[in-house]
Amino acid sequence: MYVAAKGGERAIENAHRWLAHERRGDRTVPDLTLAQIAEQLTLGVDRVMNEGSLYDRELAALAIKQARGDLIEAIFLLRAYRTTLPRFGMSEPIDTGAMLAVRRVSATFKDLPGGQVLGPTFDYTHRLLDPELCAHVPEKPVRARAETTQMPRVTDLLSQDDLVERAPQAAADAPVGDLTQEPLSFPADRDVRLQNLARGDEGFLLALGYSTQRGYGRNHPFAGEIRIGEVEVWFQPEEVGFAVPLGHLTVTECQMITQFRGTETEPPRFTRGYGLGFGQCERKAMSMALVDRALRARELGEDVVAPAQDEEFVLSHSDNVQATGFVEHLKLPHYVDFQAELGLVRRMRAEFEAAPQTEIREAAE
Amino acid sequence: MSERTYNFAYLDEQTKRMIRRALLKAVAIPGYQVPFASREMPMPYGWGTGGVQVTAAVLGPDDMLKVIDQGADDTTNAVSIRKFFAKTAGVRTTTHTEEATVIQTRHRVPEQKLTEAQILVYQVPIPEPLRFLEPRETETRRMHALAEYGVMHVKLYEDIAHHGHISTAYAYPVCVADRYVMDPSPTPKFDNPKMDNCAALQLFGAGREKRIYAIPPYTKVVSLDFEDHPFERYRHDAACALCGATDSYLDEVIIDDRGGRMFVCSDSDYCERRRESAPPAPQPAGTDASHA
Repeated sequence: MYVAAKGGERAIENAHRWLAHERRGDRTVPDLTLAQIAEQLTLGVDRVMNEGSLYDRELAALAIKQARGDLIEAIFLLRAYRTTLPRFGMSEPIDTGAMLAVRRVSATFKDLPGGQVLGPTFDYTHRLLDPELCAHVPEKPVRARAETTQMPRVTDLLSQDDLVERAPQAAADAPVGDLTQEPLSFPADRDVRLQNLARGDEGFLLALGYSTQRGYGRNHPFAGEIRIGEVEVWFQPEEVGFAVPLGHLTVTECQMITQFRGTETEPPRFTRGYGLGFGQCERKAMSMALVDRALRARELGEDVVAPAQDEEFVLSHSDNVQATGFVEHLKLPHYVDFQAELGLVRRMRAEFEAAPQTEIREAAE
Repeated sequence: MSERTYNFAYLDEQTKRMIRRALLKAVAIPGYQVPFASREMPMPYGWGTGGVQVTAAVLGPDDMLKVIDQGADDTTNAVSIRKFFAKTAGVRTTTHTEEATVIQTRHRVPEQKLTEAQILVYQVPIPEPLRFLEPRETETRRMHALAEYGVMHVKLYEDIAHHGHISTAYAYPVCVADRYVMDPSPTPKFDNPKMDNCAALQLFGAGREKRIYAIPPYTKVVSLDFEDHPFERYRHDAACALCGATDSYLDEVIIDDRGGRMFVCSDSDYCERRRESAPPAPQPAGTDASHA
């Protein structure tokens, strides 16, 4: 009998009810609160805020809960909400030099002004499962003193004698690109590239950054500095005429320093790759810095030979909301196209079978 | 998080204006892909976000909306998009082609002839007809600018050399208004002739790729071909098992595990209308496929 997929509307409703039921899981297990997610799955929340392009811990926690822990789904939820928000304008650039750092490490200098601060890091932990976390033993809080000493950026120290290129200074009133307002076009400027990378999928950037280390666009990187901490956000409302503080953000910044052999007109010096993200996102910031530097190949006169240096390839495929949507759209019906292809294949097979044997022999020879 | 109400048809007015500007440009340059600042939508990329944004930008409170996927109103994604606009815009919806003022579609053009009072909005996954011949956007934009379409003809020629005919069954490239080569979206090539000299405005939205393009009413749309290998429509050589239509595009439905199959109209409204107006002449199930 003919049974087409009728009743799509009821099917969708029931599927969504089932989903909601599954999301909650076993009712005898207490419901997760947003505070629990925000406080204890912090790095997941950070990632969702980063790639969701919205700094709001509570909404990110809600998205993670609603997405059943699927972070890309949570990122998508946050993006779809973000896009409906009114835009007041652009904030002043944040000053990461004035950051209250909880972590600051440099791989290029043993000691430096402000010192090395390890902060809350997985580095040097032994990756042994900790059975103590299974039991609900109340843990004593530890106390830490906020670092208030001045921590000049390593790259600023090195650029004083021109060994490292200076950070590019844009004119104060120069417009900043925003690919959520203007479609991406190529060649893309560095501001737009960095925005794309900051929103880009951590796994994708990690793999690309990794590929540059393995010889696909190698540029000898050093982790000049990684810092994590709070910065103030300032905003200048048009009607006021001076900047006012809006609040604090926790960000992770990574400055990679890479070799540059120089050209006929430029002396050899170190160049920079830059990574910045919301919250604690060291892996992402480091990968971003590697890829940022690789994408500067054109600007620095290097040969574009590797995927990580290929602006169109990287920027067009970094967004996981776009990628997951398009990959997963393959489960939508494609009946009519498949029918068209099926007809074509049948026709070609009929022609193949009807072809005289001699022709096939000739083709084989 | 406080309860918030969304604007009419979800998108804010500023975004709609941006999309309308892109639409105007697209209509002014038929077949040209206009970049636009596509927004994240509450459905995934690749699931019709381009079409949804175009529909949101052209929809007014008095419109009557129809949404089809694979020609049918009751496929899940069509249901989902129709409900989205019923909820966010409160517009009336219909499944009847002739009643609709705006029709959003994925992969099909309705069988019934469209009128000047209608807009057909296509969902487009890959707007660039040259994409699989040249992956780089910088390169394909240049090729369009120079109308350098040689590679496409070479591709079609190679098809003929290898297979004896052009082996593109859907998303068959067309030339619009004697200028731009355009991807008609993955509609079966059966639908290509309907785009030519069509009375309705045809709008194409590709959300993930951030492109909009258009075919204004009564515009010349030619499927690429060669004099000695003219363009051919394809449909299964059968009549619809439900309404008996011999002129509609057919879906093949497998009905058992012994190779039994039947063919039915892909356009569900067309099929239903025919069954309502004429007593059905159902064909026995298990019609064999044959070829046009």
